[in-house]
Amino acid sequence: MELDAITSNVLEAIDSGGFKQEGAYNLRYNGTALCHGDSAHIKIKKKEGKSGIDVYISREAQGEQVHIPVVISQSGMTDVVYNDFYIEEGADVVIVAGCGIHNSGCNETRHDGVHAFHVGRNAKVVYEEKHYGEGEGTGENILNPVTEIDLEEGAVFTLNTAQIRGVDSTERRTDVDMGPGSRLYVVEKLMTHDAQTAVSNMEVRMNGAGSSAQIVSRSVAKGKSRQTFHPNAVGNALCKAHIQCDSIIMDEAQVCSIPEIDARDIDAQIIHEAAIGRINTEQLLKLRSFGMSEEEAENVIIDNFLR
Amino acid sequence: MLEVRNLTYEVVENGEKITIVKDINFAVGDGEMLVITGPNGGGKSTVAKLLMGVLKATGGELLLDGEDIKDLSIDERAKAGIGYAFQQPPTFKGMTIRRLLNLAAGEELPEPVCCDLLSNVGMCAREYLDREVDATLSGGERKRVEIATVLAKSHKICIFDEPEAGIDLWSFSMLVKEFEKIHERKKETLLLISHQEKIIRMADRILIIKDGGVSACGSAEEILPMLFDEDRECSCMNRKGGRMYGTGCDNK
Repeated sequence: MELDAITSNVLEAIDSGGFKQEGAYNLRYNGTALCHGDSAHIKIKKKEGKSGIDVYISREAQGEQVHIPVVISQSGMTDVVYNDFYIEEGADVVIVAGCGIHNSGCNETRHDGVHAFHVGRNAKVVYEEKHYGEGEGTGENILNPVTEIDLEEGAVFTLNTAQIRGVDSTERRTDVDMGPGSRLYVVEKLMTHDAQTAVSNMEVRMNGAGSSAQIVSRSVAKGKSRQTFHPNAVGNALCKAHIQCDSIIMDEAQVCSIPEIDARDIDAQIIHEAAIGRINTEQLLKLRSFGMSEEEAENVIIDNFLR
Repeated sequence: MLEVRNLTYEVVENGEKITIVKDINFAVGDGEMLVITGPNGGGKSTVAKLLMGVLKATGGELLLDGEDIKDLSIDERAKAGIGYAFQQPPTFKGMTIRRLLNLAAGEELPEPVCCDLLSNVGMCAREYLDREVDATLSGGERKRVEIATVLAKSHKICIFDEPEAGIDLWSFSMLVKEFEKIHERKKETLLLISHQEKIIRMADRILIIKDGGVSACGSAEEILPMLFDEDRECSCMNRKGGRMYGTGCDNK
């Protein structure tokens, strides 16, 4: 089906791989499924009784992708959606989600996406989620995602989240339960500007022996924006985890980083690091010695930091 | 040609004026290699920073091909044709070596070109290209990447502030060869701050800076005996002979 220019632009911003109406996909537009397709190994079913979809990924899915973006262009809309993903043992899949709001009105526009992942033994999942806001309106863009992940033995889950720009307020919650030998990689990238606020709470419970988690958070706070990060790694068994939170603070912004580690087993090894600082003067001078203006150098530093 | 006239840099600390460098005068011709040397804390790196615009001179003139560049910013001086390798290069979280080289060149360099740039400073290129310029690189590796960024683009004048610092002997030999090649081409002017005998001996002219001023300046023939002749009194260094610079095996 033909998509309008606004939808196409928003999709381009939130789906870096390029959204196509091929294979397994579901485009949610202003609260309803605009178009959807299944593949031989990935089936998408509409939920009954509440909004959202169930995505069934069979073990035959090897290196396949499923794209499930959300676009909202109706100012004043509040869209709540529940999506469940059932990934069979041994499947290998990339799930591309993300939400973009085009708000040209004066009303608050909001999307709350609740995603639950049930990942079978030895399955591999890469989940990518980008959040983005645009539009000439004065209404706020709000995104409050909830991500629940349950990893069975040997499963590997990579969670890449990015908030690019234009989101006035976000409150993210991520909960992960990890079985034996399972692995989790999280890369969270966030940019806030003007008076935006962002809160990210994450709890990773390493319940199975041999489980491991690596959580990296990188953020840039500009203007008068405020950010709060609170990742918590709980070691309930022999496990390893590393949390790293790095933030660049600019202008009159505020960044609060609270990495928490909680060992409940003598064989749990958990490390956290957190750093907040302004852009280094030496970095600026180095890039300016290439002929860049101060503003260009600053943009390059931020761009690479969040890359 | 770069002409430096009465270059002065003063700072005020606790209400007191302190002179860091005073009335420095010298000129470097096109394609010439000038090495600035002298005791630690004498003002050599300050002069290099004043030339690049990292620090702003409080007095004197800086003329590049006759144009006064003293009031130009660091980026304007870069555009005017000055390249600069920092003594202590910064790290960049999230930036790969490949990306930094591209930014230095001002264009997307083909992979073989990036590899050559790194090989020329003694780095096994492919394994480094996609590594980040962060704290996982050793000081010597960061230093070699820094030098490669200056070599990534053609300049009128290249300033290297102690390029040998933190570099192993093998990489240092590669680096010396690279400087020799640039010097032979005579296309770019080289200005090096160095304590290394091998580098000092390559110079067309040598400038000795001590206590914030020029202690001696002349052709290599004139200055080298002062620095490395065991039996001569070296007034510019306040010491006898010049052994302080040698790696040992080159000094007979």
